[in-house]
Amino acid sequence: MHVLPYPVAAYIFLTGCYGLATSRNLIHAVGCLAVCQSATYVLLLAVGYRDGGTAPVFSDMKPGSRPLVDPVVQALTLTDVVVGATVTALLLALVLQIAKRHGTVDPDELRELRG
Amino acid sequence: MNRLRLWLLAVGGAGLAALLVAACLDLPGFGGSRHPYGDRAVRAALSRHTANTIASVNFDQRAYDTLGEMSILFAAVLGCVVLLREARDEHRARPEPADVARPVRRYALLVLPVALVTGLYVIAHGQLSPGGGFQGGVVAATALHLLYLGADYHALERVRPLGVYETTDALAVSSYLVLGAAGILAGTAFLANTLLPYGTFNTLSSGGTVPLLNAAIGMEVASAVVVLLAHFLDQAVEIEEEHGRGTP
Repeated sequence: MHVLPYPVAAYIFLTGCYGLATSRNLIHAVGCLAVCQSATYVLLLAVGYRDGGTAPVFSDMKPGSRPLVDPVVQALTLTDVVVGATVTALLLALVLQIAKRHGTVDPDELRELRG
Repeated sequence: MNRLRLWLLAVGGAGLAALLVAACLDLPGFGGSRHPYGDRAVRAALSRHTANTIASVNFDQRAYDTLGEMSILFAAVLGCVVLLREARDEHRARPEPADVARPVRRYALLVLPVALVTGLYVIAHGQLSPGGGFQGGVVAATALHLLYLGADYHALERVRPLGVYETTDALAVSSYLVLGAAGILAGTAFLANTLLPYGTFNTLSSGGTVPLLNAAIGMEVASAVVVLLAHFLDQAVEIEEEHGRGTP
């Protein structure tokens, strides 16, 4: 029994946070957010793992013949991936508009509001 | 200012790291054998003749959550379409046909039908093998864009009448809702998998409503990705700012 994969998820999350806070470019920041989100994939899949387990798919395996990893967290990870992709798309669209209206994608230069 | 920010980040990050590690040490061990929800989900999937347990969780046991997920996708696409529309100070320019290296053209056009069929296969077999509407939809939608790599933007636009894909997106969302409402009309509950016979295990028609919901999601994801990429590509290729009044 060990818990090594969970701190890996924490490490990935903190790396993404560091990138977000020090980012000089909004596109880079969107990438960092995706890194943060990938930490949740690692965490979810690690929670669902079972020693010696295989995929919970029975198209080529008899039910009950092998231990299975947890399908619930896998479904949650799928949801997570989809939501992550949509958030990335929406944020990139916003960045595109910011770049057009303000002529910069550096968050530090976006100080004043402009109509 | 910048130094202050880094210090703040270091303090906050260290605190968060300590809390996360403390939480990790308290979690059940990695690879443990106790997965009560997983075991029950597998049993429920088998009792409803769905070979892919994850498809059963997504489109049967948690079908209502997938409805929310689909709505998020739909809303995000809608948001992108609004954000990336042609603004008043912009106009559309016809993109120049560009020369494509011969090997790129050959392989792109060779792989396109294969990728498209693979995507449709993954959608159709979602209830049997790994994959499903979300994954297959993305594969099928990106397959179309090989035409942009292999030929040019104009060729892509011809096989991609945007209005059709936008309508398909909306139709797919409403067909998911209609399938859910059909459960109510049949006398059970919204999105309950009691509408259709469960069929023979491990065949295409097994799993009750799972393949239908799966197909609706596949349609929605494929057209959503096409619409999203179309608007981003329009920005990159076609839409230009008016001269003289550009941003600084």
